Amino acid sequence: MQILQLVISGIAQGCIYGLIALGFVLIYKATETVSFAQGELMMLGAFCGLVLMTLLGFPYWLAVPSAIVAMALFGAVAERLIIRPILGQPAFAMVMLTIGVGYVVRGLVTMIPVIGTETHTLPVPYKDAVLRLGGLVLNVEQMVVIGVTAMLCLVLFALFRYSKVGIAMQASSQNQLAAYYMGIPVKLVFSLIWAISAGVAAIAGVLLAPVSLIDTNLGFIGLKAFAAAVLGGFGSIPGSLVGGLTIGLIEMFSGAYLPHGVKDVAAYVVLLVVLAIRPQGMFGTVGRKKV
Amino acid sequence: MRFVFKTSYAQDLGLFRDPVQRNWYAGLFLAALGLPLLVPAYLPDLSLVFIYGLCGLSLMVLAGYTGLVSLGHAAFLGIGAYTHVYVVQDLGLPWILGLVLAALLSAAVSMLVGVPALRMTGVYLTIATLAFALIIQEVFTQWDRVTGGLKGKPVDKPVIFGISFAKDTAFFFLCLAFLILGLWLTSNLLRSPTGRAWVSIRDSEIAAQSMGVNLAAYKTLAFAYSAGLMGVAGALFSHKIGFLAPDIFSVLLSIQFLLMVVVGGLGSLHGAVFGAVFVAMLPVGISQARDAVPALFSQPFAVLGKPVVNAVFLVLDRFVKQPGLEPGIFGLILVLVILFEPLGIYGRWAKLKLYFSIFPLYKRATFRRQRAYMRSERLR
Repeated sequence: MQILQLVISGIAQGCIYGLIALGFVLIYKATETVSFAQGELMMLGAFCGLVLMTLLGFPYWLAVPSAIVAMALFGAVAERLIIRPILGQPAFAMVMLTIGVGYVVRGLVTMIPVIGTETHTLPVPYKDAVLRLGGLVLNVEQMVVIGVTAMLCLVLFALFRYSKVGIAMQASSQNQLAAYYMGIPVKLVFSLIWAISAGVAAIAGVLLAPVSLIDTNLGFIGLKAFAAAVLGGFGSIPGSLVGGLTIGLIEMFSGAYLPHGVKDVAAYVVLLVVLAIRPQGMFGTVGRKKV
Repeated sequence: MRFVFKTSYAQDLGLFRDPVQRNWYAGLFLAALGLPLLVPAYLPDLSLVFIYGLCGLSLMVLAGYTGLVSLGHAAFLGIGAYTHVYVVQDLGLPWILGLVLAALLSAAVSMLVGVPALRMTGVYLTIATLAFALIIQEVFTQWDRVTGGLKGKPVDKPVIFGISFAKDTAFFFLCLAFLILGLWLTSNLLRSPTGRAWVSIRDSEIAAQSMGVNLAAYKTLAFAYSAGLMGVAGALFSHKIGFLAPDIFSVLLSIQFLLMVVVGGLGSLHGAVFGAVFVAMLPVGISQARDAVPALFSQPFAVLGKPVVNAVFLVLDRFVKQPGLEPGIFGLILVLVILFEPLGIYGRWAKLKLYFSIFPLYKRATFRRQRAYMRSERLR
């Protein structure tokens, strides 16, 4: 029974990693760059939800969509102002730029008087609710995380696989110039993908908030999500979810059965091993070098 | 505009381009020697500048010249620092041996992570080094028999061959000596076949390989050399901060090192030093601004009466004392540099120099970079 409980906690934690990894993967899929600001965007999303609920007094069902929309807008604006000017420069510039954006976001949130320097909980309606199923005690917060993640993954997967927009995104990822010549509004596609990615980050933040506490260091979870994204194979939506779940489970079990301290680094060890043995991850495609 | 006509091989092999350049560097060296007399209050900060200069040099070789971007260099700094302190204080071996062992161990560990990392390209390598640094940080925390764990480890002042470097001035010269040694070694290495191989790997791996450059060997060498320099810097750094704790060697420090090479200007040794000056002195500048800004900017409101001045003072005072201000400013500068001056401080310096040396003929297009609209890495 304890194992089953661990599995469920692991899956719930893994879903969060999967959701943040999804943010990386979306941006990677559409622009072939990696955003290091995803964790900070999630933190910002959680704070956004917090401010809407506690300061402005929005009810939960209104606060969450507003936070997601606000973050999506933020993502689009950030893309337009900061990311687009360096389009066409080496991938490294993008890495540094997103690191910088993450720093600025963390700095700005810390600077909000009163709120920024303290830890908070998000007052969700299903707080501390428990579902009993036979001998199993299910935490509703974790169930919500799992359910929403599964749904979101399905929707995004379908979007990329079947919709015209999704195919346009894939095309602009493979060759920006060729996609542009084919009549795909590449710039708009990029704005859209940043908006979606920031929205997903906001969802992750709002979901994580009841399970964990909100403070400005929440963004460091983004580092573990890297492990999830790499494990699943960067650029695969189901991969990010499976990778996230695997990392979550490994973490839970190593926390329960292995010596102290292993839990914190298990994700990174997995990441290094995967990169050394199978760099394309579980679901990635093998690229061939063309000269 | 000056032209240098080379008439002998000795001239081509010399460290400096021409006597004029040599004299400039000699002047700079004298100025550095004179610093303790000019600004005695800032000596500890200046030692940090020199140590960061070594760190910048290390990362510049890897990121700026070989094109391998590492987000884990704080780990190598930590390995160097802990090794040095363990060897010198716990084992009681000579100082200089501690320094050498710090460099060697750091280089050895880097090869351990570098060899699997060779299979990766671009961002994957960055992520791998990041993960590696996080693991090493946890090792520092858990292995408390050697590192002192979370309680930390106090560091004695350096004593080399019986000479104490406890004084700020002495330590300043020690750091300066190591920085100059590092610069000399690195600049010589970079114009040797090794350095040219590194640059060719940066510019095009495929072209380098076709010209007979052994990618794996040279990448590993770059990693090891960079980590070795970082180890030396770590040994000095341990004395600078006087107390080792695992959370000093965090991701944020790695990011600061990367910030250093980017802001300084990728692909130039000058850039490493410029970046070090910038990153080490910015916190000093910010802390001074914290004291000066509220008083300075509330003065113009004096015409509106005393209460307004006081109110503005209070608002500004609260603003500049915010804890998030410093990382925010670091991030903002990083973003602005990448957007507006991708070549960094050194790029700006080169532009200024060119502007004056060819005075009326300067064109902005000289430095314009071609954009390469990305094609998929998956197809390459």
